[in-house]
Amino acid sequence: MTKAGLIRLALIAVLLGALEVLVRIGRIDALTMQAPHKMLLDLYAMLASGKLNKAIAKTMGNAGFAFVIAVSLGVISGLMIHRMRRVRETLDPLFATYYAIPVFAFYPLLILLLGLGDAPQIFIGVMLGFVAVVVNTLNGLDRVPRVLLKTARVNGMNGLETALKITLPSAAPYILTGAKFAVAYSLIGVIGAEFIMSTGGMGYEISFAYNNFDNATMYPLIIMILVASISINMVISRWEKSLLKRRGLQ
Amino acid sequence: MSPSTRRLIVNMGWLTLVILALWQGLYALIGDIALRSPLATLQFTAKFVTTPQFATHLAETSKAFVLALSIAMASGLAIGFVLGLKRFASDIFEPFLIAIYSVPKITLYPILLLVFGLGLSAKVAFGAIHGIVPIALFTLNAVRNVKPVLLKTARVMGLSSTTTIRTVIFPSALPEIFAGLRIGFSLTLIGTLLGEMFASQRGLGFLLMNAIGLHNVDVIVMLTFLLTGFAGIAGIVLLLINRRITAQA
Repeated sequence: MTKAGLIRLALIAVLLGALEVLVRIGRIDALTMQAPHKMLLDLYAMLASGKLNKAIAKTMGNAGFAFVIAVSLGVISGLMIHRMRRVRETLDPLFATYYAIPVFAFYPLLILLLGLGDAPQIFIGVMLGFVAVVVNTLNGLDRVPRVLLKTARVNGMNGLETALKITLPSAAPYILTGAKFAVAYSLIGVIGAEFIMSTGGMGYEISFAYNNFDNATMYPLIIMILVASISINMVISRWEKSLLKRRGLQ
Repeated sequence: MSPSTRRLIVNMGWLTLVILALWQGLYALIGDIALRSPLATLQFTAKFVTTPQFATHLAETSKAFVLALSIAMASGLAIGFVLGLKRFASDIFEPFLIAIYSVPKITLYPILLLVFGLGLSAKVAFGAIHGIVPIALFTLNAVRNVKPVLLKTARVMGLSSTTTIRTVIFPSALPEIFAGLRIGFSLTLIGTLLGEMFASQRGLGFLLMNAIGLHNVDVIVMLTFLLTGFAGIAGIVLLLINRRITAQA
């Protein structure tokens, strides 16, 4: 491990230790923040008892589904939009401002359209993640070296073959950047929708626990979501870096 | 007006037309139960924006947003500059920033509520945490990527470190810093609104949340229209400024 990595670990340890001490001596009251060791014990108890497994499976399943749709739809749309200059130029201003749009405002409409099941939540997750994937795919496609495309033409590849064998692999690191955003956005979409209106899932359980001062449920759930999103992100980052390294780009 | 600016505005026009057509089509499909037609929305908006109720909520949201954006900009730029200039410090702290950037911050709102209580400070904090990290990360990269030859020139000319930052690093990093500010603007806006939806009794976000609860379609559609319109126009203006700065640099 590098020196910076060691210092980083030490910093995290110091911060957690400080939080533990501050809660123990009562500088931060237990209704606001739990001691870190207590959060871990609560997390273990929660998972062992299995009472929230359904909520966890629902949220993670929906977010995973939204992620898969956002990435596949995003890559395909990216490939298509890249070939249509006019369409791309028209959509550019939308892409540039998309993330300031309060997508959750569309939730009531989606409930009416898709019913009160999981579908509207997944839809919100897809709406948020999709554009990040499209934008990054386009960015990656812009950077495919000309010579590769010429080689494809010389070898008589058709459009599909070129996409699968040349453009997509070449744009892969940028698509992975989009996928990282899609991880966070599909979780944000699903959990945010559950906060607003739903009858189950981690977001629902978190706000239920918050309203009942049930920190023993709230903090473990929050920690699970944070740990899940950070670790998925780190895995994708590793992959992205190794791709770039193989090309001598980093 | 440069040709690229004109093209952007023409494209905006087309985009607006397409969106209006889609909206009208969707309305024909769904009807009044969950949507209003563009025309009805405009009429309702024109009426609603003159009410004192709207003015109070708008003032509340503007105040929260301006505060959140100032905090996000000040701390984001400061963090970005310090880490961008110190290689070792950025090796330590950059992964933290990236981790925070990738976290679904919406899950943190109950913690912020417990720490700050229900009200202005909670939603300002919620808006600011959305904006700080992208501004810091963009600034960091911009400062770090300043061409070494410029820095060497500054050293050769014997510029002091503050003069170097002011006259060399800042101008050459400005286009990328501004791109970060643009993204920070969008995310702070959405963060403030989300904060109001979940953690407030005032502001446009609260109004929206309230309308969702009461199923007041007029208000839902109007607020979606107003907020999207504002975000869109502000985003385009910032994009135009960004392009101008990039073209000059």
